[in-house]
Amino acid sequence: MLAHDPEARVLAGGQTLMPMLAMRLSRPSMLVDITRLDELRGIDVASDGVAVGAATVQAHALRSSDIASEVPLLAKALPNVGHPPTRARGTIGGSIAHGDPSAEIALVAALLQAEIVFREGDNDVSFKAEEFFIGPMVTMAPMGGCLTRVVFPKRPEGRVGTGFQEVASRRSDYAFASAAAQVVLDDDGECLSLCIGVGSVGDFPVRCDVDAAGSRLTDDEVRGIVEDALTDLETVEDLHATAAYRRRAAAELARRVVREARDEALEGSK
Amino acid sequence: MKVELKVNGRASEVDVEPRKSLLDCLRDDLDLKATHAGCEHGVCGACTVIIDGQAVRSCLVLAVQGDGLDIRTAEGLTDCAGELDIVQDAFCDTHGLQCGYCTSGMILAAHALLLENQAPTQDDIRDAISGNICRCTGYGQIIEAVELAADRLRQRNARPDEALSAERGMA
Amino acid sequence: MTEQSSQNRFVSQPRRVREDRRFVAGKGRFVADIDIPGTLHVAFVAGTYAAARIESIDTSAALDMPGVVDIVTGDQLAAEIAPLMNGLDTPKVRRYPLAVGDVRYAGEWVCAVVAESREQAEDAADLVRVRYAKRDFVLDAEEALTREAPVVHPDHGSNVLLDKTFVWGGVEEDFDRSDEKLSLRVTWGRNSTVPIETFGVVAKWDPWERILDVWASIQMPKYADQIARALGLPGNGVRVHYDVDVGGSYGVKRGIKHTVLAGFFARRLGRPIRLIEDRIENMRAGDAHGPERIFDIDVAFNRDGTVRSMKMRALDNAGAYAGRAPFQLGKPIGAIVGPYRINSVQYHALSVTTNKTVEEAVRGFGQSPTNYAIETMMDRVAAHLGMDRLELRRRNLIRKEQFPYLIPSGTTYDSGDYHTVIDKVLLHADYDALVAERDRLRAEGQCAGIGIAACLEPSGGNSSFEPLLNEKNRTSTWMESVRINVDATGAVIVAIHTTSAGQGHETLAATVVGERLQIDPDAIRIVRPDSLESLPGNSPVGSRMAIMLGGAAARAADTLRAQILQIASHVSGIAEEKLTYREAAVHGPDGVVMDWAEIVDVTHRRFHDLPEGMSPGLSAQHILQVPTGTALPKDGKVQMYPCFSFEFHLVLIAFDPILAKPEIRRYVIGHDCGTVINPHIVRGMTLGGIAHGIGAALLEEFAYDDDGQLQTQSFLDYLMPSSHEVPNVEIVHHCTPSPHTEFGQKGSGESGYLGAPAAISGAIHDAIASRGITLDKLPIRMSAISDAIAAADAVQKKGIDV
Repeated sequence: MLAHDPEARVLAGGQTLMPMLAMRLSRPSMLVDITRLDELRGIDVASDGVAVGAATVQAHALRSSDIASEVPLLAKALPNVGHPPTRARGTIGGSIAHGDPSAEIALVAALLQAEIVFREGDNDVSFKAEEFFIGPMVTMAPMGGCLTRVVFPKRPEGRVGTGFQEVASRRSDYAFASAAAQVVLDDDGECLSLCIGVGSVGDFPVRCDVDAAGSRLTDDEVRGIVEDALTDLETVEDLHATAAYRRRAAAELARRVVREARDEALEGSK
Repeated sequence: MKVELKVNGRASEVDVEPRKSLLDCLRDDLDLKATHAGCEHGVCGACTVIIDGQAVRSCLVLAVQGDGLDIRTAEGLTDCAGELDIVQDAFCDTHGLQCGYCTSGMILAAHALLLENQAPTQDDIRDAISGNICRCTGYGQIIEAVELAADRLRQRNARPDEALSAERGMA
Repeated sequence: MTEQSSQNRFVSQPRRVREDRRFVAGKGRFVADIDIPGTLHVAFVAGTYAAARIESIDTSAALDMPGVVDIVTGDQLAAEIAPLMNGLDTPKVRRYPLAVGDVRYAGEWVCAVVAESREQAEDAADLVRVRYAKRDFVLDAEEALTREAPVVHPDHGSNVLLDKTFVWGGVEEDFDRSDEKLSLRVTWGRNSTVPIETFGVVAKWDPWERILDVWASIQMPKYADQIARALGLPGNGVRVHYDVDVGGSYGVKRGIKHTVLAGFFARRLGRPIRLIEDRIENMRAGDAHGPERIFDIDVAFNRDGTVRSMKMRALDNAGAYAGRAPFQLGKPIGAIVGPYRINSVQYHALSVTTNKTVEEAVRGFGQSPTNYAIETMMDRVAAHLGMDRLELRRRNLIRKEQFPYLIPSGTTYDSGDYHTVIDKVLLHADYDALVAERDRLRAEGQCAGIGIAACLEPSGGNSSFEPLLNEKNRTSTWMESVRINVDATGAVIVAIHTTSAGQGHETLAATVVGERLQIDPDAIRIVRPDSLESLPGNSPVGSRMAIMLGGAAARAADTLRAQILQIASHVSGIAEEKLTYREAAVHGPDGVVMDWAEIVDVTHRRFHDLPEGMSPGLSAQHILQVPTGTALPKDGKVQMYPCFSFEFHLVLIAFDPILAKPEIRRYVIGHDCGTVINPHIVRGMTLGGIAHGIGAALLEEFAYDDDGQLQTQSFLDYLMPSSHEVPNVEIVHHCTPSPHTEFGQKGSGESGYLGAPAAISGAIHDAIASRGITLDKLPIRMSAISDAIAAADAVQKKGIDV
């Protein structure tokens, strides 16, 4: 159906599309409700990653012990997504497909380099999350395709720590800035790898390249690492927050999440 | 488009336009007026209902998507006219409302919380109702109502959907 | 005051609020719940530009749509109805429910489409083609004052709606004699109360009875009269049903334009009409924005902290039409010096039209912005003198023994004990510990500040500001009424003559009548007759119902008691002076003379036992004039409201200097509204008012972009505090009874909101004071705080580097 009607839209949890319909901002010719397709729901832990069905509701993912143990950063981000009633309907795939620059799930996907898989006709087409988001509410989603699953890499081996923080004028609003980090330390507490992601400040979530191998991630080092990582960060301005504010806030949150991830890794729940 | 909706334990078949929200369908087609329209874009929570045990905004669900779901509205909290359940009664005790417009949604959000968590902290309560805007109360007496209801439920070892108020009539 | 609160059985007791039962059950009856078979629905075509000439409107495609019954343009409507009423003498600022000739703000309703369903009406509205010729527009109030500015209503000649300067006392002399002077400017951003229920109305015309029935979500004085006038109907041709629950209002649910339109269609089409705004219609064109105001203040004071005189210019941005809103510059005149002894005042009230949505009455009717300006002034004076802010206030506050206290603008404050309230709050909060906590947070690297605000809530609403600002208006009464009827079974029925929006008027009336008749309030039935069956009243505005409805109820009950005593005396032959009424019976020297059953029996069945000249039945009514409000203004002075509640806010706020998200760590309010009739209700009003004030201070604004488009037209951008943003608030009670009221009660419907913005702004400024920053516009956004701190720190760093 989707393939034959370019004006058709996929309706998942409806937490974003429905308001647009109500305000007549979106006028699809047809809505295809995917919430009851069993094959699009559920969480599969395989050797190569954790596949989350596109129609899996956020509240379900939040309660999932598989997500908690295998994709801890996602588990940490999910309580920041909307409110309990929106998480009860909103889906993992819906959030990804919408491509909102402030979406927490999109930031986690970008940071972890998740694989975003569409069904287009009889074929699967997949994108790396980092490349999938190309503008505010603009993605690489193929016309007529349907998002089927998001495959998050499994938690790496070693002493892993994660951090997720965001800031908005009300706790549950679209964030002005958000940051996520995942760190792996060796047994001595030296950094094996560190990824930082920043969302909400620009047109799409970004994963920042960081070379912190061998660092002990002292607070001073974190300051330098974050400064380097965010050098080229582009930030936007709106009524609620200036571009300069977003940049400062992103840097502050990035410092905090790296420290949070470091401390968590050092606490060493292996 | 015909759809069978199970609301407050009763199944009814309604014939609705596919674009109609569950909120409008409850109000217009099933004459269940306790569920209120506030913003109709998913922010204020006045239209909250319980679907399969979870608080959900009925303005963001199409009526046709409701087929087969277990939908509960404020009308379904008690069986008998004039009765209040334990959460409703607690809202009366603390005056956890003023104009009453957000109240159905607020009480259902509280129900959904108490179904899941019998001993909520104040933070849990704040989080559970954070998607329901009340313009009258500043939330203080609402939070007290939910705490009171949780207390009374624990004392009676009951779920919120089982417990009617012990205090009938006007206290 | 005739009774002490300690002697009350029901008044001041923490009794349940009787209205709550129906609302928790979802059984309120809101306007959207009213289903009349055959009802037609209205949707609107909204203007696209901030200002434009409407060149043509093509409705042909829309009229062909399924279900469409009628489409009306502003020109068509204006030919058949009278313009809506203006409060000021500005007859050339004509206002109709739809734009006539020109669109004067983005979103203004251009065309109304009537169809069998709301969806069909919206579908058709999409197809109406309007051709516009854009005009220049003006958004800023100061720009609107300039000669070059586009004039929103050319026939009126300028954008100025009101330009009046009052001088009370020897202002220039006081300025000359003062040691110090300073000036400041603060801006109150455009926000509103934004109830969760939008405005709605259902209207039905009966052509045989020739009567228009109206069910509406209203809080509006003289509502039925205004509808009748605009539609050219006699007053008794409009019947407003007051038994409609209003889903929040706090001032703004006025709905005249909506109702006139619905009434017009109901007559024209002969079918019931339902007009319920959707949220975007409400935000853009519900004409329910609140004051947007720039204050310029000069203040003169001595080095010992005595504030001697103040010159205040208040410039209000009224939006595109006049309405009643400019009066919001008038009411604060009744408390223009706040709780302080300021010897003289010059007040320049200016209101201008701009190409923004129309302003409407908001909680406090202009008092909250004014309080924010006065309290910011007091903080600046303290900072200028290097004096503690509390000490400065203590020195200037009116002392308990100085009441009744006449302020320069002609109003006498009834009573108060401000110093004691402040002391109680400081004691409760352990102020020294609070200061230590602030300093501890600062030592941790946070910005932390304490805010205080000492504010008045003028209550008991009269309309003295109307004749004060508009000499053609001679209104000097603003009455409220209650009728009590005891039926032949002895049951008590109390009629109140208004709608309610959560204020608990049924509980209020039942409690007061129960108290006076000494019967269980829960056994009293409260009814709300429609407007044609009602005694005169002016609706629950101006924080007046505890005083006015409560007062009318008490006096009606007193009349009934007097009648009962007269009957008992007549029947028993015992002199009236020897009889007392208590426990719903008449007692004589030797016990009960007449119990309730017999009183009822005599009045309803035994005419032969009634005193000569007395009518049968047991019924009384009272139409209460506002206490003290009996005269027109003279020499620019007037007694405004009768009673003055006091509130003292103390708040500790902390935030990270970069993220700058103000977190309220502690919020204590001292509140004195005299005798509290229902503690639950007063508490709720106070907490709700504070939440609303937090929104005004930090979050809420109707903001416009450079094209004159409203940027915050949904709840995604117009940010109201949620349960995450409102802290636990501790209330410290104090009771200074009013001498003007039955139980000593004062008003409390606006409380919290009147001081919270000032206190929060004060706390933020205390937190950033060391950096020398001021942020003089509300709402204070996080990014504004953070950017200002970053700029100040950069300057300081540069200074050090150099």
